[in-house]
Amino acid sequence: MAQSNNSIKKILIVAFALCIVCSVVVSTAAVALRPMQALNEELDRKTNILRVANLYESGMDVEAAFAEIEPRVVDLRTGEYTDQFDPDTFNHFQAARDPASSRTLSGERDIAGLSRQENYATVYLVGDGDNPDQIIVPIRGQGLWGLMRGYMSIEGDGNTIVGITYYEHSETPGLGAEVNNPRWQAQWEGKKIYADDGSLNPAIRVARGSGSGDHEVDGLSGATLTANGVTNMLQFWLSPEGFGEYLARFRDDISHEEAQDADVELDAEGA
Amino acid sequence: MAADSPKGVLVTPIFKNNPIALQILGVCSALAVTTSMSVSLVMTLAVVFVCAFSNLFVSLIRQHIPSSIRIIVQVTIIASLVIVVDQVLRAFAYQMSQQLSVFVGLIITNCIILGRAEGFAMQNSPKMSFIDGVGNGLGYGVVLMVVGFFRELFGSGSVFGFTVLQPVQDGGWYVPNGLMLLPPSAFFIIGLMIWVIREAYPEQVEENEFKMKHNTEPKEAV
Repeated sequence: MAQSNNSIKKILIVAFALCIVCSVVVSTAAVALRPMQALNEELDRKTNILRVANLYESGMDVEAAFAEIEPRVVDLRTGEYTDQFDPDTFNHFQAARDPASSRTLSGERDIAGLSRQENYATVYLVGDGDNPDQIIVPIRGQGLWGLMRGYMSIEGDGNTIVGITYYEHSETPGLGAEVNNPRWQAQWEGKKIYADDGSLNPAIRVARGSGSGDHEVDGLSGATLTANGVTNMLQFWLSPEGFGEYLARFRDDISHEEAQDADVELDAEGA
Repeated sequence: MAADSPKGVLVTPIFKNNPIALQILGVCSALAVTTSMSVSLVMTLAVVFVCAFSNLFVSLIRQHIPSSIRIIVQVTIIASLVIVVDQVLRAFAYQMSQQLSVFVGLIITNCIILGRAEGFAMQNSPKMSFIDGVGNGLGYGVVLMVVGFFRELFGSGSVFGFTVLQPVQDGGWYVPNGLMLLPPSAFFIIGLMIWVIREAYPEQVEENEFKMKHNTEPKEAV
């Protein structure tokens, strides 16, 4: 028995049969469950968008509430809306990987640790599309252990924060993962992104220890590196590299010409 | 040993021959997933499922597994089961699978499962192997739940997500112990558990590998 089991023929038959059976089982599970998984991921993302806009209540119909929110694709380089993509299907993570729709970041410009940034991003508008109550922008950047992905919701003035949330991160539970603690998130409400001087560069940051004033929120004790990651990704995504140009359209403290000037200055710096 | 009856095979691994506490297998994942009890519970269920069915399938084809590739065959079976578990979790318990993240996938490398497939299922009938898998999965789970209980209670002040000790940051009085949320605390708790279990079953205490000589008697100064 043992002898025949170890013949080359038998080994090949067993190995081959086992591989066929196992691959059929695995692929059946993957294919059969794929639609439900995609649904879950989509629902999770939408729930997070509603949550960051303070529109979420547990047990609500997420799809119906989400239908009230208008997605638009923004060209990050100009800050203008673009109709080049369908906002419902546009995936900015894929766009960031495609050289045609993204750019490389390096050195000091890449403070959020992204290495590639897409040229277009989807924003979500609550209320009237031309004069929105809230603008929800996607943010992402390196935390301590890996990429953190989330959303920030900003009031219609393009400056006052409504909320922040992360739907994907790998921070330490109890320390860095406290970024999703409702009590920590609550203190973002009403904070201002930009200083009063009309700058396009954000002043908002996570303080070490307790924050003060309109531009600081309390740090996370035991999670300084995660907090730095949050600061860096906000400094990046809310600056002209990210949504700075776009948000400038909504701001009262900045005339459109000033925005243009700042734009020129930035180009000069870049050159 | 009473391990020959189905009941013995099921119960022995839970305390008497616990895979973590006596065999010191599968400790790595016990450090990683025990920060909260609900996560520990899902991990336990996943390991019970994988361990039971990998034992069953290995035992079913044990007469036909060539000894030269038996480990590969076992790992292939285990890996397939783990992927199925991961896919099911992602479809039906999305939040939980987010929290468990890579640790479901790492069940493949959990030494308990391969150890039982190689050590038990290769020599025993499918029925007994299945029961043995359930028993060892539960033995792993008991340790996970106990460690998870203490880590969640002292680290976050809650049990199964229900607040028991109101933490300071939510306006209560309890200052959570941050160490409990970090992996070393699991070592401490597992160490204490091993101590308690060996007090209850003194036969688990190993013989010393060598004996220390008595200290030389100090001579009084003249």
